[in-house]
Amino acid sequence: MAANIFYFIVFPGFLFTAVVGLLVSWVDRKITARIQWRVGPPWYQNFVDFFKLLGKETIVPRGAGRIGFLFAPLMGLIGVTLVSLILWQMNLDPQRSFMGDVIVLIYLSILPALAIVIGGSSSANPLGAIGTSREMKLILADELPFIMAIFTPLVKIGSLKVGSIITYQLNHGMMFTHHLSSVIALVVAFLCMQAKLTFVPFDIPEAEQEIMAGPYIEYSGPLLALFKLTRAMMLFAMPVFLITIFLGGMQFNGWAIIWSIIKYLVILILIILIKNTNPRLRIDQALKFFWLRMFPLSCIGFVLALVGL
Amino acid sequence: MNKLWALKKSIWVYHVCSGSCNNCDIEILDCLTPKFDLERFGILLVGSVRHADVILATGSITRKALPRIKRVYEQMPKPKLVIAVGGCACSGGIFKNGYNIVGPYDKIIPVTAYIPGCPPKPEAIIDGVVKVINSL
Repeated sequence: MAANIFYFIVFPGFLFTAVVGLLVSWVDRKITARIQWRVGPPWYQNFVDFFKLLGKETIVPRGAGRIGFLFAPLMGLIGVTLVSLILWQMNLDPQRSFMGDVIVLIYLSILPALAIVIGGSSSANPLGAIGTSREMKLILADELPFIMAIFTPLVKIGSLKVGSIITYQLNHGMMFTHHLSSVIALVVAFLCMQAKLTFVPFDIPEAEQEIMAGPYIEYSGPLLALFKLTRAMMLFAMPVFLITIFLGGMQFNGWAIIWSIIKYLVILILIILIKNTNPRLRIDQALKFFWLRMFPLSCIGFVLALVGL
Repeated sequence: MNKLWALKKSIWVYHVCSGSCNNCDIEILDCLTPKFDLERFGILLVGSVRHADVILATGSITRKALPRIKRVYEQMPKPKLVIAVGGCACSGGIFKNGYNIVGPYDKIIPVTAYIPGCPPKPEAIIDGVVKVINSL
């Protein structure tokens, strides 16, 4: 019992993910600044922002739904903490895996987006409502190809456990380098992850130049800090999810640590480069992109996996 | 005390323009471009006043903008500061006796610092913000 609480709060759970997530978002800001020929903020900038927001006043706007407005940020935070906790527990010890844990992970990774929908729609602001409706459409768009892509390698090995896919990759090598179906699925899952992190080109819900901050517009103080923290933690947890499924998982014995960190950094830098070199799509373009391009592509990958490639 | 330290290191600004000629607004934008790069001091421009710590106000207040300026100030979470940028915002400037002018910002809302100039240089704006931070 005490061990479980420790896992949840300190090591693979909340504290570890939060600290690494905030550091990783600093990497994002710094690389963005270097691409734009700026100097960029110091490494502790995101921690300072977080603590400053904790010290500010919380305002609940008149006409807002109090319960939804106050509890939405907590819901998102719990979702991303659980995703990170389950992923790291399985990477540390694949035997802990249980039947159908991939489905649990996919469900929990929607929670932060749902939290944005609930928080934005209960904030009684027209721009928040526009942002919320765009967020809902984006979930509808990216969820279908994402689930198809995540299930492709699982169909290949015929199991619904994260633990068995990690042990399979330890024995047979990465899914990505050995199976054509997984190559296609990784491309699809990577682009869907960009939409789940709401980074450019898919930052349509909070498009700063059109609708200010979208669903976050009425949030202030600690509640905004929780939303910022959730986004930082997602930036750490989602690439680890892809690495676990497609790129052989994270190992921690000897030199494998460095190899795991390199895998994570490559994915992170790819995300940041895509973010900095693309314009924002409209919501209908994003919907068309995911439903008419990514979904057929993920279907092809799925069929290839069924055939056995 | 720690709260104050965090506030000094990460100031998010919200930009209010009321009846200015847009010269000061362009100089504020210059501060955020790669040449001056205020993000290295943790200063960010935010879109919603609920996220902001500082209002950068330009132009002298017109009758039309008066209720909105009051409302924007009340919507901001505490601790809140206002910096008046440019001659019009500090004293009314050349529009001082205009028929539709209510007055400079300090007649309506409490102003922490004044940055005079028509328009002030980006260096002057950075200097003003640094003086505000040191006075906290």
